[in-house]
Amino acid sequence: MLLVGSVFFNFFAFLIIGLGYKSISARSSQVMACVCAFSAVICTAFLFYQTIILGQITQLHLLNWLHVGSLSVNWSLHLDSLTFVMLTVVNAVSLLVQIYSVGYMDHSDNIPRYHAFVSLFSFFMLLLVTADNLLQLFVGWEGVGLCSYFLIGYWYKKDSASKAAMKAFIVNRVADVFFILGLIVLYLNFDSLSFASIFARVAAQPDNLVVDVACILLFIGCMGKSAQIFFHTWLPDAMEGPTPVSALIHAATMVTAGVFLVVRLSPIFEYSPTALDFITIIGAVTAFFAATIALVVDDIKKIVAYSTCSQLGYMFIACGVSAYPAAMFHLVTHAHFKALLFLAVGSVIHATEGEQNIKKMGGLRTKLPITYFATLVGSLSLSGIFPFSGFFSKDVILEAAFLKGSISSNIAYYLGMAGVILTAFYSFRLFFRVFHGPVTKIKSIHESPKTMLIPMIFLMFTATFSGVIGEYVLRIMSHDLLFWHYSIYIAPVNNRLGQLHDIAQHIKIMPLIFASVAIGAAAMLYLYNNKVIAKLRFICVPLHKLLINKYYFDEFYDLIFVQSFKKISAFTYQKIDVKYIDGCGPNGVARFVTRVSGCVRAIQNGLIYNYAFAMVVGVILILTWYVVRFVL
Amino acid sequence: MWYSAGLFHFVIVSAIIFTIGLFGVFMNRKNVISILMSIELILIAINLNFVAFSAYLQDMNGQIFTMLILAVAAAETAVGLAILVSYYRNKGNIAVEEIDELKG
Repeated sequence: MLLVGSVFFNFFAFLIIGLGYKSISARSSQVMACVCAFSAVICTAFLFYQTIILGQITQLHLLNWLHVGSLSVNWSLHLDSLTFVMLTVVNAVSLLVQIYSVGYMDHSDNIPRYHAFVSLFSFFMLLLVTADNLLQLFVGWEGVGLCSYFLIGYWYKKDSASKAAMKAFIVNRVADVFFILGLIVLYLNFDSLSFASIFARVAAQPDNLVVDVACILLFIGCMGKSAQIFFHTWLPDAMEGPTPVSALIHAATMVTAGVFLVVRLSPIFEYSPTALDFITIIGAVTAFFAATIALVVDDIKKIVAYSTCSQLGYMFIACGVSAYPAAMFHLVTHAHFKALLFLAVGSVIHATEGEQNIKKMGGLRTKLPITYFATLVGSLSLSGIFPFSGFFSKDVILEAAFLKGSISSNIAYYLGMAGVILTAFYSFRLFFRVFHGPVTKIKSIHESPKTMLIPMIFLMFTATFSGVIGEYVLRIMSHDLLFWHYSIYIAPVNNRLGQLHDIAQHIKIMPLIFASVAIGAAAMLYLYNNKVIAKLRFICVPLHKLLINKYYFDEFYDLIFVQSFKKISAFTYQKIDVKYIDGCGPNGVARFVTRVSGCVRAIQNGLIYNYAFAMVVGVILILTWYVVRFVL
Repeated sequence: MWYSAGLFHFVIVSAIIFTIGLFGVFMNRKNVISILMSIELILIAINLNFVAFSAYLQDMNGQIFTMLILAVAAAETAVGLAILVSYYRNKGNIAVEEIDELKG
């Protein structure tokens, strides 16, 4: 019952607000959404004991869905430790974002629509994480994509917003094709879509090629949802949506769906070293490459968006080196500090009434003290400074990469280490630009209302302490996987979690030193010496140009896909559609009918005596025929 | 025997009247009343036929039928005239050539 509550409360809120959104007032929709989200959090909290402490796995069968041939799919809820962690993250962040939105969306119209979609989004995400088969997971997967479309395009009157929404949707769709292909490969070879039976069969006969292909296909699907390189282009553009949405969807939950899927399917991925190498490389490249772009972007939200991209890369590195607990650990801490950062950024945008360019900001420290501290905590955590949560999770990932020692994991280790430096640098570039330096000229800056501050304060605590709690209280990273109660599988050969503590001290401390140095450098450059930046930029003009244009990914895709697609569609439209299909089809038939009826209507002239004459002639003809045929 | 007209004569007269009525319906271009009158003529011709065959076959059914047809014809004429009156009120004339609202 608690499980049903924790999943379906948000759906309930969506139904109430969504169906009655014309008659429901903005205030009551806010209350409704918050109360439902809160109830879901309470339900989830009560599940803690049985799931984590007792280690029960709950399987709740709801409905039959498909029974076609050998394919049999049910709607059901599956609760184990992994699901529980996701439930907690999604419900908690969702509640905080709903509360925050009450303050943030104060001046926008159509508030019920907003809250309805946020609730629906949470529901789909919960459906995704509680799935016990790939098809139900796919429903949640598509559902969050759909809600992301709705919410990015929330200000649909803005051209850029609706374009960004379409971009997100289409890019995700491209990746989803691979996801479906992976799903089909799994079904064809293992004759089932439910996790339990697929896992059993993969373990029984690890057919390497099939598993490799399926894993890589599924991972490409994850790349779309988790905005990894080649599919990352939608995430920065998704910042067109309201900032709380960015916090919820594009930082804390939806983009982590890809990571979650890989962890959930760890019993399959463990049998495919090729796929793991692939994941490691993609994750590493994304972690580094997104961080480099974040160095030069001026839009405050896009900086945070690229950092999300980069942090997701770290999570995939962890998956790739079989340190799934580390991926989940980073997922959780990242959800907290990134949600915190986004909410803080939203607070800044709210305070400056829509300004997003960090070059136009400065010296907001005195005006927005709480936001200042929130951003500080978020940035420190993101940079991986002790004792904030990011330190624990990121450290573990880099150590795991270091330990594996294969080519791919070494690449991941070095790129990840470089990423640490960049992460610290761009986080504090944002921080110093916005809160220090010359005071901005924007007038009427005001600290945000309480509804926005309370979630931020709460997240400040979790972003600070979730690392310590995860590491020392819940012992997420212990090598016997006791916390996970068999929901994560690591092949004994790949399980290096036990050796994490034996790593040399200087390796362990390295990320912390790098991050500190990078923060110091950012402070030097942006607090005291602006001329050096100008000089640096002058020296590396081509590099700066490359970065500010985001490695020309958008232009490249535009040239290859969008333009050629436009050409093809112009051809099919003008030649095939208009000329042949319309010409022979609807238009041709219509022309024929018009011509024939033009002839026919001349007969019908409306004069009664003509009709009478025709009738008489007809009667005579019939009679004549009758006489000729039967009488004579 | 000038009065001893046989069945044949009756039928001929009836056919002539019928044809006159028929032509009256669709040759007439002037007004609707003459169409009504032509229809009456057609009915009369048929009545005549009925009566003639009734006498010839020594069967009363034909004559009874004639009575019924007369009654129906009267009713029909009444209705027709009523339609005409109301049509005239609406359109201001009853020229057959002007009545072409069924035109496609």
